[in-house]
Amino acid sequence: MDIFINFISWFLLVGGAFFCVIGSIGLLRMPDAFTRLHAASIIDTLGFLMVMLGLIIQTGLTLTTLRLLIVVFLIFFTSPVAGHALANAMKHRNVKPVLHEDKWLNKLKSE
Amino acid sequence: MPLFLSSSSVLFIFWLILSGHYTPFLLVIGIISCVFIVILVVKMEILDDEALPIKFLFSAIKYWPWLFGQIIQSALNVAKIIINPNLPITPTMIKIKPLQETDVGVVTFANSITLTPGTISVEIDNDNILVHAITRDNAFDLEQGVMNEKCKRFEGKKNNV
Repeated sequence: MDIFINFISWFLLVGGAFFCVIGSIGLLRMPDAFTRLHAASIIDTLGFLMVMLGLIIQTGLTLTTLRLLIVVFLIFFTSPVAGHALANAMKHRNVKPVLHEDKWLNKLKSE
Repeated sequence: MPLFLSSSSVLFIFWLILSGHYTPFLLVIGIISCVFIVILVVKMEILDDEALPIKFLFSAIKYWPWLFGQIIQSALNVAKIIINPNLPITPTMIKIKPLQETDVGVVTFANSITLTPGTISVEIDNDNILVHAITRDNAFDLEQGVMNEKCKRFEGKKNNV
């Protein structure tokens, strides 16, 4: 039973780390600031959620579990606000998003 | 007065979770500080119905599991796009008209859009939300309005809020 719980929680921890790495790769590969935000949002949803679930299973039913749940709720309420604030600031500073009609993107892809 | 009692008890439960030390002396100090904070908040006149959204609890229990499923699904989609060597993105800007009537409903909808990877709410003007989506399919899915409907149901009837 112990091995089983350890297996699940380590699977979640490693999977969360894997998605954090994918999000970071996306952050580097994407062409402009708006699309980079999309890549970053993988990190603080799926990556973060899997790491936290792994930690919750690892601690078992203690007071620490409740504290971890509070952290999960905090991040799930604050991270969209931060993402929206960043996008809104870019809009106000007239940062032009690269849209799919643009030639620049097609050129970038054909290279 | 019911708002006063319920907010101090929620604060005290929060204190109990964070503290972990349950001697009588510390418990009394915890109760005193919770009540003191709520008195301060009342003096600042920022304690209203929005400060303690208990009435959304039941609709949240229905809405959050659906939202979690949606988040996992679209996070996997965006992860696939990132790994793909061709980087098949078609960034799109669209305007979505929110169906919700209250401020809480619109904020829930805009936050759900941002929380789902692949779509970000950029700007909210009078009656439209400007959304940036990473592929055209994401934008179309959002335009179908499933999430919009669910948020409409989440906010409930207007006279309740």
